[in-house]
Amino acid sequence: MTALLEVKDLRVAYGKIEAVKGISFTVNQGEVTTLIGTNGAGKTTTLRTLSGLLKPTGGTVTFDGQPLGTVPAHKIVSLGLAHSPEGRHIFPRMTIEENLLLGAFLRKDTAGIAEDVERAYTLFPILGERRKQAAGTLSGGEQQMLAMGRALMSRPKLLMLDEPSMGLSPLMMQKIMATIVELKAAGTTILLVEQNAQAALSLSDQGYVMETGRIVLTGTGRDLLGNDSVRKAYLGED
Amino acid sequence: MHELPQQLANGLILGALYGLVAIGYTMVYGIVQLINFAHGEIFMVGGFGALTAFLALPGGTSLWIAIPLMLLAGILVSTLVAVGAERFAYRPLRGAPRLAPLITAIGLSIVLQQLVFSFYPDAKKARVFPKIPGDPFELAGITIQRSDIFLIIAAPLCMMILGWFVAKTRSGRAMQATSQDPDTAKLMGIDTDRIIVMAFAIGAAFAAVAAVAYGLRTGQVDSRMGILLGLKAFTAAVLGGIGNIYGAMLGGLALGLTEGLATGYIQHVPGMDLFGGAAWKDVWAFVLLIVVLLVRPQGLLGERVADRA
Ligand SMILES: Nc1ncnc2c1ncn2[C@@H]1O[C@H](COP(=O)(O)OP(=O)(O)O)[C@@H](O)[C@H]1O
Ligand SMILES: [Mg+2]
Repeated sequence: MTALLEVKDLRVAYGKIEAVKGISFTVNQGEVTTLIGTNGAGKTTTLRTLSGLLKPTGGTVTFDGQPLGTVPAHKIVSLGLAHSPEGRHIFPRMTIEENLLLGAFLRKDTAGIAEDVERAYTLFPILGERRKQAAGTLSGGEQQMLAMGRALMSRPKLLMLDEPSMGLSPLMMQKIMATIVELKAAGTTILLVEQNAQAALSLSDQGYVMETGRIVLTGTGRDLLGNDSVRKAYLGED
Repeated sequence: MHELPQQLANGLILGALYGLVAIGYTMVYGIVQLINFAHGEIFMVGGFGALTAFLALPGGTSLWIAIPLMLLAGILVSTLVAVGAERFAYRPLRGAPRLAPLITAIGLSIVLQQLVFSFYPDAKKARVFPKIPGDPFELAGITIQRSDIFLIIAAPLCMMILGWFVAKTRSGRAMQATSQDPDTAKLMGIDTDRIIVMAFAIGAAFAAVAAVAYGLRTGQVDSRMGILLGLKAFTAAVLGGIGNIYGAMLGGLALGLTEGLATGYIQHVPGMDLFGGAAWKDVWAFVLLIVVLLVRPQGLLGERVADRA
């Protein structure tokens, strides 16, 4: 099992307040790895740091054998790391198709891009039906599909999804989770951040539990699902 | 003096001038939510750049050759100054409280006016700018100065090029993405610093075109020409909905028309004779702004800005 992403003792602070307090984890090639944790644990901060949007105050990140230390945010995607941010952040006044094409902003292979746009429409047919519509007019679930489709447009080695099920109806959530399973089956490596621990862990190879900036528990998805403290804290059982 | 078609034509021509300068305010604001209050001076130095080129040419050079060269020099000077201001004055302040770049802009305006004095010690007085010679055109009862032909051609041409650039080119789409969500634009691989520089540069180039138009129209440039015009253009940008390029031009035209009509007509309204005439035209521009913002706070073509973090 080769580690595609290796995070060692990562620290991130907002001003004087440390939000991520020295975490280490790995993401293996071809696997789904999940970070779970309550609101404010530092999951989004971690992903934004991996993408270069925040600068770490300590630790190292190695992606695909290369240290990410000082790589600026706009160069990260070209290394093969794509990020579907929390809250979707689609470009509301651009069309669905323009959003997808922005996901392929740095690619030059016109034919390949067109192919991938079609692939996104196959994965999410509703996007294809509305391709010329402003993305801001989509429902929350559809916007989530667009954000995922857009992230896939760079043909990433690692896809990072930050709370893709946030605010979605149960039906829409199932659809998103099924898509993650589908992507995994196609060989995509995924780093998933979720509050919906049940759904996330049951499709994960590896899981990490974060609490107030630290990783407090590690195990396979199955292990964590069976873990008493996880069941208590995240699955609402006692 | 108060024939309607003539007043409308005058207003539109003046408005196109405001609109060209307003583009600079609106583009920079659209990308970085910064009001570049030094933009009036960016416009002014463009005028002096063009003047420098004119003075360097041998006397009697045909205007067919001189105007393009003046335009080039003006665009060069304005763009360099704007890009330099972005790099050394504004960029270090990104993330600082809003007041910091505002004060910087005021300081920058003073520096730029002073800089012009060091090249042209008499710049406070009007420096003679060439005019396009010849009788005015008469068209369906409307008189149009020859010098205004430049603006009548340049303004729509500039808007068409900009509209095409923003909608159709890769850089233009990157610009739209950056303006809608800068962090996510970075995730797409867009170098947003480059886009910001581009916004400043385009705005400056438009201001330089406007400065040449202004010089040709009035036959002069001076170191203070950017103050009131900058303020009017900023008003136009807000009126049209700041951040929207078509709004900037529309706001400019609306402002120009208001001035033209107010100058021509208000003095003929019974009891309003005191408020008519040229002296009051600047006041009417701001009255229009206040009225529009009361009814439509986001401006004519503006989007709601509430969701901006
Ligand atoms: N922009 C910010 N400025 C200051 N503090 C922040 C900012 N974003 C997040 N935080 C703080 O950092 C901590 C981790 O937040 P976050 O990474 O968003 O957690 P999670 O994604 O796990 O819910 C929280 O305490 C939060 O209040
Ligand atoms: Mg989060």
